[in-house]
Amino acid sequence: MTTFADRSHLEDQIAQWRAYLRRRRAIHAPDVEELEGHLRDQVKALTEAGLAPDEAFLVAVKRMGSLDALSREFAREHSERLWKQLVIASDAAGEPTQAARTETLVVLGLAVAAALAIKAPALFGLRLGGGDEPFYARNAGLFVLPQLTGYFAWKRGLGVVSCVWAALAFAAAGVFANVFPFAATSHTGVLTALHLPIAVWLVVGFAYTGGRYFAGAGRMDFVRFSGELFIYYALIALGGGVLTGFTMMMFQAIGIDAEWAAVGWLIPCGAMGAVIVGSWLVEAKQSVIENMAPVLTRLFTPLFTIVLLTFLATMAWTGSPIRVEREVLIAFDLLLVVVVGLVLYAASARDPEAPPDSFDRLQLVLVASALVVDGVALAAIATRISEFGFTPNRVAALGENLILLVNLAGSAWLYTQFLRGRRPFAALERWQTAYLPLYSIWAALVVIVFPPLFGYA
Amino acid sequence: MDLGKDLVAASATPLVLAILAESDSYGYAIIKRVAELSGGQLQWTDGMLYPVLHRLERLGFVAARWAVSESGRRRKYYRITRQGRTQLVAERQRWQVVDDTLRGIWMKVCTA
Repeated sequence: MTTFADRSHLEDQIAQWRAYLRRRRAIHAPDVEELEGHLRDQVKALTEAGLAPDEAFLVAVKRMGSLDALSREFAREHSERLWKQLVIASDAAGEPTQAARTETLVVLGLAVAAALAIKAPALFGLRLGGGDEPFYARNAGLFVLPQLTGYFAWKRGLGVVSCVWAALAFAAAGVFANVFPFAATSHTGVLTALHLPIAVWLVVGFAYTGGRYFAGAGRMDFVRFSGELFIYYALIALGGGVLTGFTMMMFQAIGIDAEWAAVGWLIPCGAMGAVIVGSWLVEAKQSVIENMAPVLTRLFTPLFTIVLLTFLATMAWTGSPIRVEREVLIAFDLLLVVVVGLVLYAASARDPEAPPDSFDRLQLVLVASALVVDGVALAAIATRISEFGFTPNRVAALGENLILLVNLAGSAWLYTQFLRGRRPFAALERWQTAYLPLYSIWAALVVIVFPPLFGYA
Repeated sequence: MDLGKDLVAASATPLVLAILAESDSYGYAIIKRVAELSGGQLQWTDGMLYPVLHRLERLGFVAARWAVSESGRRRKYYRITRQGRTQLVAERQRWQVVDDTLRGIWMKVCTA
């Protein structure tokens, strides 16, 4: 005789077993359902033969065989499952769901909208390759990031108020990109082109986190998303390059010059559409495949550490000073960006509960050596500025350098504390995520304040 | 009786195909039928039947469909295909050869 309590306990046990099964990548949802049906039939037969439900459950599970062996057998039969699980989410029967189909349509629609957006200015006589490149450069982010924000607003079900804020932010960005009277060779114009995407990336993050970006929730997920998108975008760009090359080559073979089509249409439209499609791919596969960004971080942290230490040793040995040239400041800014990126992505993939290991120590060495290298460079640049005065480029680069330097100094401090066991790793993660909006705020400052401050030079 | 992994694996295809040739069936019922036919001598690890069924499905020997069972849950039913029947005949001939050969030698060994 089975009581109600027995029954619900049995359901719990079956649910738990099902959860274990679902974690196996080679066993898909329909297989789990099939196996569960078998288990239930077996349990039913055994209880009818007089066993108590939990005894019956144990026997049935035992007869099913070990999950490891089972998943190995499934993997052998369905080896493709460990590889190709992509793009269109399927329901239990293997058919794309209605929701997945709608999403595909939305994504394709937005990608086309982005491709059209970059061609729209041509209707007003602004041509790519016709001397209007500064206009396109300043607005590059605005052709596609509103659509990307729209995608996440739709996917996360963003409220009306949040949507209005996002739209206002993009409108403001559009104003600041275009109202200032930049000359064709204006430095502040170039600075706007470089900083505007960083500033509006914050709005994308706002939509990505479902409007809770400023509450700090999901910021680390957005960091992960950004890294994966970057990798996907690079891969798509690679494929796009091959496609463009083939297009040109084939049409050349029949005596038709296809360069206008490639330069005027294929490349700009593809570059815009790829942002949307890449984001969609990251969204679709995020739970399926190991993330790439942390893997690259693991690979390059030791290499960058070695290079930095060798550089410091060489400088100390030869005593040769840093030659301050135009590009030096930017080069050291980029170095700090890379190091901050390495720290950030290492943090994003780390289990916050795990005790310190040798990789954490390596990270600290990396951060410390980057701090020393940058300190040397900053000292050299400071003398240069005091001699020759401020230009927009120098101030922007110096500001960025300071922001990154403070971030790294804080990271070094928190890493030290963590390695000594005084603070949890979460403190470092909090520091990094709390810092994120600062990059966008500084970029917005450069876009809004610098042009009038330096007379649109 | 423990038949050993290789023998179980080798006999699985003809057994499953033969059971499905009797009538359409599903995983649990196939396992039960195997136990019944062998008088409980042949014990498979239940879960291992499913990769076998999926392999036969991929090879086109059986076809599967989902239907609602008498308990109200969805259940995957398998049916043998024409190609499966051809395969079953071939399998049967192969096993016949093995069986005949073994029979011949055993008669001698046992009577000697």
